[in-house]
Amino acid sequence: MTAGATTPDLTAYQDTTDIQRVLHSTRTIAVVGLSKNELRASHFVGYYLLRHGYRMVPVNPRETEILGQRSYPSLRAARDAVGPIDLVDVFRAPDALPGIVAESIEIGASALWCQFGVIDLEAARTATEAGMTVIMDRCLKVEHARYVGRMHWLGFNTSRITAVRGGIQ
Amino acid sequence: MSSTNGHGQDRIEADHDFGFETRQLHAGQRPDPNTGARAVPIFQTTSYVFEDPESAAAYFNLQEYGNTYSRIMNPTVAVFEERMANLEGGAGAVAFASGIAAQHAALFTLLEPGDHVVASSALYGGSVNQFKHVLRKMNVTVTWVNPDDTDAWRAAVRPSTKVFYGETVTNPGGNVLDIETVATIAHEHDLPLMVDSTFTTPYLVRPLEWGADIVVHSATKFIGGHGTSLGGVVVEGGTFDWSNGRFPVVADPSPAYHGLQFHETFGTYGYLMKLRAETLRDLGAAMTPFNAFLFLQGLETLSLRMDRHVANALRVAEFLEAHPLASNVRHPGLPDSPYRPLVEKYLPRGAGAIFSFDCAGGREGGQDLIRALTLWSHLANVGDAKSLVIHPASTTHRQLSDSELAAGGVGAGTVRLSVGLESVDDLIWDLEQAFALVAAGHGAPAGAR
Repeated sequence: MTAGATTPDLTAYQDTTDIQRVLHSTRTIAVVGLSKNELRASHFVGYYLLRHGYRMVPVNPRETEILGQRSYPSLRAARDAVGPIDLVDVFRAPDALPGIVAESIEIGASALWCQFGVIDLEAARTATEAGMTVIMDRCLKVEHARYVGRMHWLGFNTSRITAVRGGIQ
Repeated sequence: MSSTNGHGQDRIEADHDFGFETRQLHAGQRPDPNTGARAVPIFQTTSYVFEDPESAAAYFNLQEYGNTYSRIMNPTVAVFEERMANLEGGAGAVAFASGIAAQHAALFTLLEPGDHVVASSALYGGSVNQFKHVLRKMNVTVTWVNPDDTDAWRAAVRPSTKVFYGETVTNPGGNVLDIETVATIAHEHDLPLMVDSTFTTPYLVRPLEWGADIVVHSATKFIGGHGTSLGGVVVEGGTFDWSNGRFPVVADPSPAYHGLQFHETFGTYGYLMKLRAETLRDLGAAMTPFNAFLFLQGLETLSLRMDRHVANALRVAEFLEAHPLASNVRHPGLPDSPYRPLVEKYLPRGAGAIFSFDCAGGREGGQDLIRALTLWSHLANVGDAKSLVIHPASTTHRQLSDSELAAGGVGAGTVRLSVGLESVDDLIWDLEQAFALVAAGHGAPAGAR
């Protein structure tokens, strides 16, 4: 979002084939820090994920229900209630990331997605060493719209080049 | 919706850096999913049937990418937009009904009454009119600076300044903008640099790669290349920090969109979303699907055409430099041009195909030359596949005295050329025979053409 002068090298966590694999293999997504305010970016993303058929599980201790889904106080509580979580999508400040990574490993999530600005290389390394796929400083909604959805309908640059006939949308 | 989460579409696209020529043919389009059509279909429709009320609401709320009404988006226009964004290396693009409309919308999106703009004093006359009169009506003031004087850009900044505006290559002066330096000065003041790259196209220079933040084009010119269609486009890089405190009009909750904060919510795409969902929606200068289709046909051969335009223009410029009745050939690609170092840095493939020179004999000489030409088309446009010529002192700048012309960098005998794709020997032949008539003291008699 913001071009910081000191942004670390995140290319290892922005691999486009990793991104596509996560999009294709994920079914259940816990959104940590999902806001109930419908003008916040996280709310846009949560709505979009539901609309596109993912099981979207809000994790926000301050709310009981967001976007018609029960909200859980922690990843552990979410896993206990709904079963396995494939992907943990993070909308929290970077300093919350180490705790979220520890919990994600504990519940056996296979991938961690850190939204724009949610950057902590140490936490990313911990998650990778535990066998998780990590995507960092990318938007889950944008990447889904790029590879599966309709981002190209609004003139955005998907950077995709292909002569393969598209699937019916 | 159940089948759009990617399951079952397990083809992973490899990461590969495609070349410019590949992208000018393919970017923005996949063969049509419903029909398999290889060409880009023309979606000549005003509006789109919604799946259900929830989908309609999601599209209008910008929660989902969807088509609502062709004043705001259209699938054919979207292919053109994405192709331009891809070729420029931007985050996205929004197309407009003309270059002037694109430029105005790009500025309108980031300006408020009381704001200030720093602009090159060598802009295209149509842009000068827009800045002088339309911006004044918006209560926006402009400071004009010599684009070559980098200190002048810096000195013109005020607390109310919102943007720097320049052209990659100007006419008639042939000034080449030092994009990287001017962008650095803009960024030192938390300002974006907006650049009109109509004369250069993304094939010759990509201003975003040198630090510019917004690129505007009149697609009417080289992008189409056929002189059939009016259009314009705005490309944004997606890296400018619109939340830096200087742009509440982009960053704060928008009263025109139920309190949406475009930059916070859409990040990289915030400015572009606002440009489309508010400015295009409310000003209404949308590109038509048919024009987008014609521009896409043009883009498919952009690199090939620009290479030939550049080569032909340089041959014509060299011919003129050697001709006794031509002087002051303002082609920045010539070896003795003061802009030569900037051309080598920013325009290694060539400085375009539009330039001016002075014909001997002043006003009359210029008019005689135009009268005598038989292959160059006498008209007010540039960037056509056909070669074009105009004499500013008797057309676009007709009301001005010789001294007023000189202040604008235009001589009484100045002639502007837009060099096309004809056999270059024929273009030179035509100039040669026209000069012979000028030398004889008159052009061809009226009615002889």
